[in-house]
Amino acid sequence: MPKYTRETLKNLLDGKLPFSEVKVMMSSFKDPERFEMMLEIHQSRVPWPEKILLPLGLHLYIVLKENGDRVVKCDCGYEFGDYRKNWKLNALVYVRDTEEKIAEIYPKLMGPDPRWMEIREYYCPGCSTQLEVESVPPGYPVIFDFKPDIDAFYEKWLGKPVPTVE
Amino acid sequence: MAMDLSQGKVYGIGWAGRTLREMLEESERLFRETGRYYGLEKLKLKEKDPIRYERIFSRIRGGLVNARETALNISASPIVKELGELCFALYTPEGDAVALSTGIIVHVHTISDAIKYMIRNNYEMNPRIRPGDVFGNNDAMIGDVHNADVHTLIPIFYKGELLGWAGGVTHEIDVGAQYPGSMSYGQANRFPGDGFIVPCEKIGENDELLKSYELRAQMSVRSPMYWLLDEKTRLAGCLMIRDAVIRLVEEEGVDVYKQFIREAIEEGRRSFLNRVKEMLIPGTYEAPSFIEVPFKDEPVNQLMQKDTMNHSPLELTVGADGEYILSFEGANKWGHHSFNCAPSPMQGALWVLLTQTLIPNDKVNDGAYLATKCILPYGSWCNPDYQNVSTTLSWLFLIPGFTGMIRSLSRAFYSRGYVEEVLAGYPVTCNLMQGGGINHFGIESAFTNFEISSQGTGASAVKDGEGFCAAMWNPEGDMGDIEAWEFIEPLLYLGRRVKPDTAGHGKYRGGPGMEALRMVWKTDHQYLYNAGDGYTVNGGGLFGGYPGSSGYRHNMRGTNMQELIKNKLPYPTGDGNPEESEMENLVKAEKVDFDQQALTFMREYGEWDLYLSMQRGGPGLGDPLERAFSAVEEDLNEGLLSPRLAGSVYGAVIVQGEDGKWKVDVKASEERRQEIRRKRKMRGVPVKEWMKKERKRILKQDIIEPVKDMYKSSMELSETWAKKFRTFWDLPEEFQFD
Repeated sequence: MPKYTRETLKNLLDGKLPFSEVKVMMSSFKDPERFEMMLEIHQSRVPWPEKILLPLGLHLYIVLKENGDRVVKCDCGYEFGDYRKNWKLNALVYVRDTEEKIAEIYPKLMGPDPRWMEIREYYCPGCSTQLEVESVPPGYPVIFDFKPDIDAFYEKWLGKPVPTVE
Repeated sequence: MAMDLSQGKVYGIGWAGRTLREMLEESERLFRETGRYYGLEKLKLKEKDPIRYERIFSRIRGGLVNARETALNISASPIVKELGELCFALYTPEGDAVALSTGIIVHVHTISDAIKYMIRNNYEMNPRIRPGDVFGNNDAMIGDVHNADVHTLIPIFYKGELLGWAGGVTHEIDVGAQYPGSMSYGQANRFPGDGFIVPCEKIGENDELLKSYELRAQMSVRSPMYWLLDEKTRLAGCLMIRDAVIRLVEEEGVDVYKQFIREAIEEGRRSFLNRVKEMLIPGTYEAPSFIEVPFKDEPVNQLMQKDTMNHSPLELTVGADGEYILSFEGANKWGHHSFNCAPSPMQGALWVLLTQTLIPNDKVNDGAYLATKCILPYGSWCNPDYQNVSTTLSWLFLIPGFTGMIRSLSRAFYSRGYVEEVLAGYPVTCNLMQGGGINHFGIESAFTNFEISSQGTGASAVKDGEGFCAAMWNPEGDMGDIEAWEFIEPLLYLGRRVKPDTAGHGKYRGGPGMEALRMVWKTDHQYLYNAGDGYTVNGGGLFGGYPGSSGYRHNMRGTNMQELIKNKLPYPTGDGNPEESEMENLVKAEKVDFDQQALTFMREYGEWDLYLSMQRGGPGLGDPLERAFSAVEEDLNEGLLSPRLAGSVYGAVIVQGEDGKWKVDVKASEERRQEIRRKRKMRGVPVKEWMKKERKRILKQDIIEPVKDMYKSSMELSETWAKKFRTFWDLPEEFQFD
C-alpha cells in the first residue's frame, strides 16, 4: 500500500501536485489512512474549533457542535443546520431565469433557454462563496445532493466510534 | 441436448450432462440462497495457488485484448478501426461475464443478457447450440443498447461439453432504419422504423456465416460492405478467444478452468463490495438530469410532434454493508421517439461508468453486476411497458441520465479524501452528425460520424478537465482522422478546431469541446440530422462550478461557397463565438438555421451547403471566483474563453497587448471579485423565501408545456415521486399538472 506525506496530500488538495504524481496516485492502490490525514489537514485550516466529522465539499464540512449536534458549516464559520436536512434550504439562491442573466455565463445560443431550464446558484450567506449550482427545469424541487450515513461510516467502515463531545 | 428414450431423461450440453437451463437455474438459486456467486464460500483455487490463479486470468485477459486488437483490422469502418468501437468478452455457460477486453465495455453485460435469453428460450433444443455455431443479436429489448451495436456470440465446446461463450460487439455505420444513419430517428415505433434487427438468431455454422444471413444483411442496410466486414471482425475475434480458451484448458486442465471462472466472478463481486467500502461514504445521493425533445415543429411522426422533456431522477444509495442501489424512481414515461431505453442498456451504462470510476482495473466482470441493484420503474423511458418502442438512439436519454452518478461518486471520493478521483460529471456526447443519401461516389449510402467520442471531460478537484478526448460510453475516446471521415461522408472538413466557451466554468474548468465545419461535396442529395442538447445544459457542475455550454445549430443551405472558393475569398473554417459568428460574417445563404434547436429531424442539403458540428465541453468544479488569474489568462490566449465571460464569470479585468495577448490586471481583478461577492449577497435571496414565491408559480402552473408534461408524467407513473414533489412545495394532496 502506498503512503503519502502530509505535505504531499496538502499539495494534492491545493492542486499543486504535478499531474505526473497525481497520475501515479490514481493508478496505485489507495492509502487507507487517507481519510484521517485529510481530515487533519482540513481541521488545521479552518478558523473554528469544532471537530470536523466529514468534509462535504470545497468549503463545507459536517462538524460536531459542543451540544452534540452535527451541523453543516462553511469554512467562513456560517452554519447551515442539521446535516440530515438539505443545507441549501438555509443558503442564499440566485436564479438565472432570464436570457439576460444567463448571458452573463454563456455566449448567445450556448446557455439554456430559461423557459426549459434555469441555473440556480447557491451562495453562503456568510462569505458569498458559490457553493453549488443546479441546472434544472423551473419548478424542480431543490436537490438534496448528499445525505451521508455518518454512524455507519465510522462504526462499520472505519471500525471506530463516531467522535462525540467529551 | 439429447434424450435417452429408455429413461426419458434429457442430457444437455452443459456440465455433467445438464442442460443450460438447469445450470442457469442452479446458478440463480445458489445466488439467491447464499448471496454469493454459485454459492462459493471459499475461493479455493485463488487461496491455494494465487500465482496460478492470476496467471490464468492474465492468459484470458491477454487473449481477449489480443482478439480485439487483431480483429479490428478486418473492419473497414472508421468507427471500428480507428475509434475502436468494439469489445470482446468471455462468459460462463450460463452467460455470466468472466473477463473482457478493452473497448466499448458497456456491452459486456448486454451480451450476458442475450446469452441468458437464448438459454431461457431453450435454444439448446431449438435451433440447437452446437460446436461451430454462430449467433447474432442486436435487439435492445433482449440485451443490447440499440440495434447499431451488433453482437456475435459463439459457444466454446471442449470434448462435447459447453465450457462457455465468446462474445463480441461493434457499432455499425447504418442499420437500415426508416431513415439513414446508425442512430436515426423520426419513426414512431420499432417496427418498421428501427431497421434491421437480429433478435438472437443462429447466423452461422461450422465457424462460417450462413450465406442466407449474409445476403439478408446485405439487403437490409445502406452500407452492406461495412456491415459484412464488421460481422467478420467479430467472428474472427470470437474464434481467437475460443482458441485461446481451448489452449488454456489443455494446459491447465478443464476442472481448474471451471473452478477458475466461478471464483473469478465471485472475486469480482467481493472486490466490488470492498471497493465501495474503501472509496465511498454510505448515504443517499441525488443527482437528476434533463434533456429536451423539441419536436413540436419537426417533421417527425405525428405521434411525437410535440415538445417534451426527459426526466432522469437518479438517486444513489450506498448501504452500510456496501450495497450499491441506483434508482430512477420518478422517471417519466416512454414516448413515440427513439430515445427509449430497455433495462439492458441501463445496466450497460452503469457498468461502463463503474469501470471508469470505482473499479478502473482490468479485473472486472459480472461479479460487479451481482453486487449492484438498479431500480427502473416499469412503464418509464428506462423500462418501457411496450415492446414495440423505438430505441435507435437510446443514448440521448441514457447519457445525461447517468451523468449524476459521476457527481455522486465524486462527492463520496471528496469526503473520503481521495480528491484525485473527483470528476464533475461529463457532458452529453453531441452533436451527433449522421445522415445519408447519394454520396460522393454517386451511390446511395449512409453514415454516422463518431467525433462524438471526443468531448471535454469534467473538471477534477485538483485540475482542469481534459479537452476533446472522451465519451462516457468508450473509455478510449478518439475523434478519428479527418481523411477517414471524408472517405465515407460526402462532406469536406473546412476546419476542425477548439470551440471557445464550451467548458463549464469553475475554480477548475471542464475540458473544452471542439467544432467541425463541414461542406457538402459532390452530391446534391444529402440528408443530415442535428442531435444534442440546445435548450438545456447537461453534465451538472460540482461544488459551485457550472455545467458546460449547451449546443446550438448553425447550418447554411444554398450558400455562395462555390463563388467564395472560385474567387479565392475568405471562407470560414469554424463558427467560433456565435456572438461573432464566422459563418454569418463570411457566407451568404438562402436558408440559415442559426438557433438552439439542436435536436432535429433530418434536412436535405446540396453541394456547397455548410453544416456545423459542435462537440460539448465538460462541467466545471468550484466557485469560478477562486480560479487562478494565470489560468484565466491562459484560457483567453488559448482561445478557450471569450474576453466578455472572463469578466462576467471570473471577475477578471483584462487588457490586450500589442502582440494580441491578453493580460489579467490582478489588482483590479481582485477588487472586481470583491464587488461580485458583494453583489451576490445583494441579489441572493434566502432559499425559503424564494420557495414561497416559487410555490405560487407552481400552483398557477406558470411553466411551459413540455416541462409541465414531464412533471405530470413522472407524477402519474410514480406515487412516490409525486408525494416527494408535493411535499417539497407544500402542495395540496390532489395537486397535478394539467
